[in-house]
Amino acid sequence: MLKIKDLHVSVEGRKILDGLDLEVPSGEVHAIMGPNGSGKSTLAQVLAGREGFEVSGAVEWDGVDLLSLPAEERARRGLFLAFQYPVEIPGVSNAYFLRSAVNAVRRYRGEKELDAMDFLKRVKAEMQTVGMSEEFLYRSVNEGFSGGEKKRNEVLQMALLEPKLAILDETDSGLDIDALRIVADGVNRLRSPERSMIVITHYQRLLDYIVPDRVHVLSRGRIVRSGDRELALELEKRGYGWLEEERRKEPRGVGQR
Amino acid sequence: MSAVQGWVDTFRAEAQRLPGAKLPWLAGARARAIERFAALGWPTNKLEKWRHTSLALLAQQEFAVPPVDRVDLAAGALAQLRQGAEAGHWLVFIDGQFAPGLSDIGTLPAGACVDSLAGALAQRPERLEAVYGDAEEGESPAALNLALAGDGAYIELARGVAIEAPIHLVFVGGVSKGTQLVRNFIVADDGAQVTVVEHYIGRDDATSFTNTVTRVRAGRDARVTHLKLQQESAQAFHLAALDAVQARGAYFASHSLAFGARLARNDISSRLEGEGGEALLNGLYHVDGKRHVDHYTRLDHNSPRCTSRELYRGILDGTGRGVFTGRIYVAPGAVKTDAEQRSDSLLLSAGAESDARPELEIYNDDVKCAHGSTVGQIDETGLFYLRSRGLDEQHARNLLVYAFAAEVLARIGERSLRSSAAAAIRARIPGGQLLEALA
Repeated sequence: MLKIKDLHVSVEGRKILDGLDLEVPSGEVHAIMGPNGSGKSTLAQVLAGREGFEVSGAVEWDGVDLLSLPAEERARRGLFLAFQYPVEIPGVSNAYFLRSAVNAVRRYRGEKELDAMDFLKRVKAEMQTVGMSEEFLYRSVNEGFSGGEKKRNEVLQMALLEPKLAILDETDSGLDIDALRIVADGVNRLRSPERSMIVITHYQRLLDYIVPDRVHVLSRGRIVRSGDRELALELEKRGYGWLEEERRKEPRGVGQR
Repeated sequence: MSAVQGWVDTFRAEAQRLPGAKLPWLAGARARAIERFAALGWPTNKLEKWRHTSLALLAQQEFAVPPVDRVDLAAGALAQLRQGAEAGHWLVFIDGQFAPGLSDIGTLPAGACVDSLAGALAQRPERLEAVYGDAEEGESPAALNLALAGDGAYIELARGVAIEAPIHLVFVGGVSKGTQLVRNFIVADDGAQVTVVEHYIGRDDATSFTNTVTRVRAGRDARVTHLKLQQESAQAFHLAALDAVQARGAYFASHSLAFGARLARNDISSRLEGEGGEALLNGLYHVDGKRHVDHYTRLDHNSPRCTSRELYRGILDGTGRGVFTGRIYVAPGAVKTDAEQRSDSLLLSAGAESDARPELEIYNDDVKCAHGSTVGQIDETGLFYLRSRGLDEQHARNLLVYAFAAEVLARIGERSLRSSAAAAIRARIPGGQLLEALA
């Protein structure tokens, strides 16, 4: 269970999240939609522990104060962020990177680390399901990968790390329909009663493939509307403009900026 | 005996005993060289080419030319180097003198000569006269080298001869106050191919002095790859010059990996004297503590349609200092020159300092010349990415430092050399042993 209360985030004095509240119960998939610049990616990065933000408010996750943990500990406890722009790390093989990540998490959980053989067996099986050829193990992390290959690599990491809370930051951006389907299949396979997911997207399209339990609309740093799947379809029809318009009428407007 | 007069005295005492002392051309060149060295003295940063590196510190040191028996040390170091290395040709030098008992030159194809310089001076002095070099060439340390170096390696390949496995030259110095003066030659006739690796190994914190010159002549369409792995002790002084001349269509690659020494200066140059030549100057250095590494490079595009790539990276920690100068000269007739130069430094501490200077001197319009340089810190986005996958911050940092270095290593074509270079840099960076599995 993730509970976010009155989350404020700014960077270099610029307010990005402005009193955001959100609850994601275990086993549910929530979509967060919103126009560009509404704070979607910032929310994802703050939850994953990126430094350099001024943060206030409370984030409780499975009974712990999430904001007090460094990024690596959040990961080890089972939080996973699929990056919107996965980072290229030339000179470090994907195999080394993936194994380091898997073993860091296993160590933390008190499980035996995987040796090279066990790891390869495991990773090759997962790669097959996300449609990646083995060659990608021996290439540098994300270096020269196409947009779709990078996103598959993120889904592969997610599958290997078996998170309890997965946040997918615009995993659909830059994907053609086939790649989108493969990525969505990978995500759907991981849906389980113990695993919550936050799917961040700009477009409704992804939600045809990953059907959410709840949809939230983020606008200027706050959730302005929550609903079921229908909300996403309505947004597609009407755009974000009408919600922004409604928000402007609210007493707690965001005219401060 | 590092004051200039000390060296002049040494020359007076030793000149007659140096290998090749009976050869008039060599005796003359040596005498002129010591004169030039005496006149110039050690370079200081009053000279433009030495703006960031002064040898004043070196001049205060006392060094001996030591005939010390350190066969055990050399044997140990050699065994370590050869561990896991592919078969090759191994020449070992102790304090700058060839140690045949430790060397294993192996089987060479017909038309290839691999010998010590002292041996070659005795066997084929006329071949050496043509390539030995002149007292007027290079900086003053190179003149001192010409005057006093008595040994090194002599590698010559006749037309079309290729030596498959790398030739390893292992220089074991590093006893305190020890000196090694080394002069190497790589002479590849038309179409010949060779890879030569120079290893410089120091020991503990010995304050030693290395002065080395390597001269490369690459004939038409020859391919010469030179790799230098400098791992001297943290108190050592290391002065080196590498001079190449490339004929038409020749390929020359220099990989300079400078990981050791208190003060290291590498003068690396290639002259592209024939059409279609190709030069790669690839470099990686690491400084920490108060260490200082300076690369002064020069590419002379004297002919049309030549290509050069110069890519240097430095990792700087502590109050270490890295200096890179990349001078590219393009002659009036050298049309269609394609030259690219990059220098990137990674600063790991606030006290480290990096100086990079491109110097482009271009005398025709029909050229493609690009240069760029960056000085940066660990990429925060990359760091976050790794941490978000559960890697602790220190491991993530080390990995990114290694990754920065690995891009330089990736340009080393030979797999065995690449992996020994990778092992050497892993041994330098903090937590590098954790990264063993990267190999």
